[in-house]
Amino acid sequence: MDFFSHDVNFDWMGKTKYFVALSLTLLLVGAASWIHKGSLDYGIDFKGGTLVYVRFASTPPVDKLRQGLVQQGLGDSVIQQISDIATPNANEVVIYLPQRGQGNEALDAGKAAILNALHATLGSGEAGKQDFNEASPETVADILTRKDPLSAGAAGAARYQQLAKQLTDYRDKQARGVVANLDDLRQAGATPVVISTLRDAFYTGPFAVVNVEIVGPKVGADLRRQAVFVTLYALAGMLVYIALRFELVYGAAAVLAVFHDVLITLGLFSLLHFEISLTVIAALLTLVGYSMNDTIVIFDRIRENLRLMRGQSFKTIVNRSINQTLSRTILTSGLTFMTVLVLFLMGGQVLRSFSFALVVGILVGTYSSFGIAAPLVVAWNQWRGPGAVPVSGATSGSKTRTGEAQGRLAPAGRR
Amino acid sequence: MESNLKWKVIFITLVVLLCLFGLVGLPTFPTSLAKARDNFSSRIKLGLDLQGGTHLILQVQVNEAVSLQTDQTIDHLSTQLRDKNIRYDDLRKVSDTQILVHNLAPESTAAFRDLVGSSFPEWDLAPAPGEQSGYALTLKPSTVAAIQAQTMAQSEDTIRRRIDALGLTEPVVAPYGQGDNEIIVELPGEGDPNRAKSVIQAGGQLELRRVEDPNPYPSEAAALAAHGGILPPGTELLPSKTTDAAGQGSWYLVDRSPIITGRDLRNAVATPSTDNPGSYEVNFTLSTDAARRFGPFTEQNVGRPMAIALDRKVVSAPVIQSRIEDSGRITGRFGQQEANDLALVLRAGALPASIRYLEERTVGPSLGADSIRHGVQASIISLMVVLIFMVFYYRLSGVNAVVALLLNLVILLAALAYFGAVLTLPGIAGVILTIGMGVDSNVLIFERIREELRAGKAPASAVDTGFKRAFLTIIDTHVTTVVSAIFLFVFGTGPVRGFAVTLTIGLIANLFTAVYVSRVIFDWHLAKMQRQAALSI
Repeated sequence: MDFFSHDVNFDWMGKTKYFVALSLTLLLVGAASWIHKGSLDYGIDFKGGTLVYVRFASTPPVDKLRQGLVQQGLGDSVIQQISDIATPNANEVVIYLPQRGQGNEALDAGKAAILNALHATLGSGEAGKQDFNEASPETVADILTRKDPLSAGAAGAARYQQLAKQLTDYRDKQARGVVANLDDLRQAGATPVVISTLRDAFYTGPFAVVNVEIVGPKVGADLRRQAVFVTLYALAGMLVYIALRFELVYGAAAVLAVFHDVLITLGLFSLLHFEISLTVIAALLTLVGYSMNDTIVIFDRIRENLRLMRGQSFKTIVNRSINQTLSRTILTSGLTFMTVLVLFLMGGQVLRSFSFALVVGILVGTYSSFGIAAPLVVAWNQWRGPGAVPVSGATSGSKTRTGEAQGRLAPAGRR
Repeated sequence: MESNLKWKVIFITLVVLLCLFGLVGLPTFPTSLAKARDNFSSRIKLGLDLQGGTHLILQVQVNEAVSLQTDQTIDHLSTQLRDKNIRYDDLRKVSDTQILVHNLAPESTAAFRDLVGSSFPEWDLAPAPGEQSGYALTLKPSTVAAIQAQTMAQSEDTIRRRIDALGLTEPVVAPYGQGDNEIIVELPGEGDPNRAKSVIQAGGQLELRRVEDPNPYPSEAAALAAHGGILPPGTELLPSKTTDAAGQGSWYLVDRSPIITGRDLRNAVATPSTDNPGSYEVNFTLSTDAARRFGPFTEQNVGRPMAIALDRKVVSAPVIQSRIEDSGRITGRFGQQEANDLALVLRAGALPASIRYLEERTVGPSLGADSIRHGVQASIISLMVVLIFMVFYYRLSGVNAVVALLLNLVILLAALAYFGAVLTLPGIAGVILTIGMGVDSNVLIFERIREELRAGKAPASAVDTGFKRAFLTIIDTHVTTVVSAIFLFVFGTGPVRGFAVTLTIGLIANLFTAVYVSRVIFDWHLAKMQRQAALSI
């Protein structure tokens, strides 16, 4: 099975000006959006504040909720509804409240205020009963043991503990956190007697808080600085490695190309209002790795071809190298792209921004290795003029090889 | 060559068995499939984002301890200066680490220098700038660092003991970040962090002090007025913990130095109150050493009140009825849980400095379950598509890639189990990226072999060259990625680290499977197949 013809002879380096135009356009569009908004959309990791994820049994009453929040003096809160392809009816909203003031009290106040608003707006349930959707397995077991609906007697405790675990597991896994009606527990193995016992002690609230994140302002600022430094350190580390294995100009070209990828990805994040979170930083670094990977595969081939194709122009060698590795590039990028696309479509809300960074990163990273990195090396070579030694560093690189790379590498071909 | 290959096969089999054992063979050897599954889920630890729970980051205000040290030094220094008859105008704290002695009597300069040199060696003495005969004492940086480090260690220890006493499953208390005195507390499965937070935050500083004036004052001003504007030496005012209906508190004039502190406690337990039915109190027992002090003290002060202060607030001030040896009780109309938590905090000891919360995250169990489902679904789907494609595109050699990729996953999971690493959501992403890198290695090798075959080489030599050439590229790509993963691990925190760990392990496993194992399978196949037969690739 084979998709590609083997004697592709495409003049990649002849198209450099189109690549440059494309990259500049993408960079400018991203930069324009970035400057227009003044800042990227930072997630809570970086800007601090309070984030409360609430899941509803049915369609969330967003408008009512907004009014309720305003009434509680939380006019600056933001409500966002969540859904994705894997769970189109997630019935989930995220309420964000910016950080106010300093100190421990301020940190807790936001969460308490949001919960108050939720309860005030959506009814606080039935008097004297607890909300089943907020009950812990221990509470449920406790009540069942006390009421003993199955007349299990002294041996009941263990049995009710197991039943309670079963019921709360059903709520958390199958019902995704919110049981609409206690009758639904029948599917989890509760008999009518048990359900009617539960009904005496519990009601089912219309929502459940599934996740709370509170981040203080110090953490946010620290992380932002840290993220930039980690990225720069990682790039420097790669630059050093490539400079050792190839030559400084290759390292510089690869790092520039990767920089280009990160900037374009950030630009798209800004343009499409995706949030930069801590996991996105991990994704950006992966993107750096991937893009570097693609670039190195091509550089590796250039290094090899410089030895095999003595007397040919450097441009020809680069073109040949890109063409030779083309089938690999398309296969690998295609498969990894598919992998992250699945992640993007199915990975749920939490992985959304993360996988978006990778979807973009793999496309841009693949493109930049032949569209940016290779042309940069060619341009440097032309600027140095005939007689330059494009890969003199590779002699030292070749020392680490075993067996097959004897002798010195050829000087650059004359054009 | 033949026996060489055999050894390689044996080696690979051993690795595979070791990995499988690590995944399902511990803690007890599985005898049924269900047991194996149980073992697997207990071996792979899930992070808080996957199993639900609470994660807190808090900062210890270490400079409070430094400041306290300075306060104490001022106390000691002024006593000693008085004893030695060295006169000065003023002795005051300029900052957390600096004391200013204003206008020291010139004839006492030598005596003062001697005193500081012999009794306060951790302080640097220098003439105060812009003063005739003033001196500045600065706490040595090494001492400051030592106090800070000790405060951190002590806080971590105290918090750990308090959290452990709550009886949650596998809580984590550990230093966090780089040198900002932060501590991370992870409480798996705990959906409501409020109790843990109040227990962590409670100061827990218990002090028993002698009360100077039998009756409390309604305000600070009233107390000062009663003493003509200056408190008697060695005393201070402490507010009461409770206030009356009008929000009015009371103030007690007490000795500056406590008779008993929290460190003197041997035990503390909450019991139902006999005086106020329905409320709870905390009974404590003193260490032998403290009891030796407490007995004579109470004997001498029978009929006088003694203040029981918690975090510098007077909880109660009972009158001493008779000599007390080694026990006491704190009454304050506590609820049951409140009394339990107070007893717990007293047992665990006081925090040497206060705590500030920087971050709190609570993941409900339903969100965790969702994330696992999504992550696992996405991984399995992408893995299936990749595997099917590889077999379809590379035929028999594709099967080789399938073996390598699956083995890669097994090794990765087993390594996580052996290291006790925690699988988080970004970790799952790391697994997916490992699949990507694994595919890349296989594609690189296979494309190269195809190229060599097209160039007219025999299968055996094409495979040999293909692996050798591709190996160079694979090493370069892997090393660069590992370099960035190392930076992520060293400088990153939390989720980023989990990602770096899985990615690094995955890449190393990939070198083994895609290059070594895959090669062995090729060699084995080549050895068996007809010399003229074509390679299925």
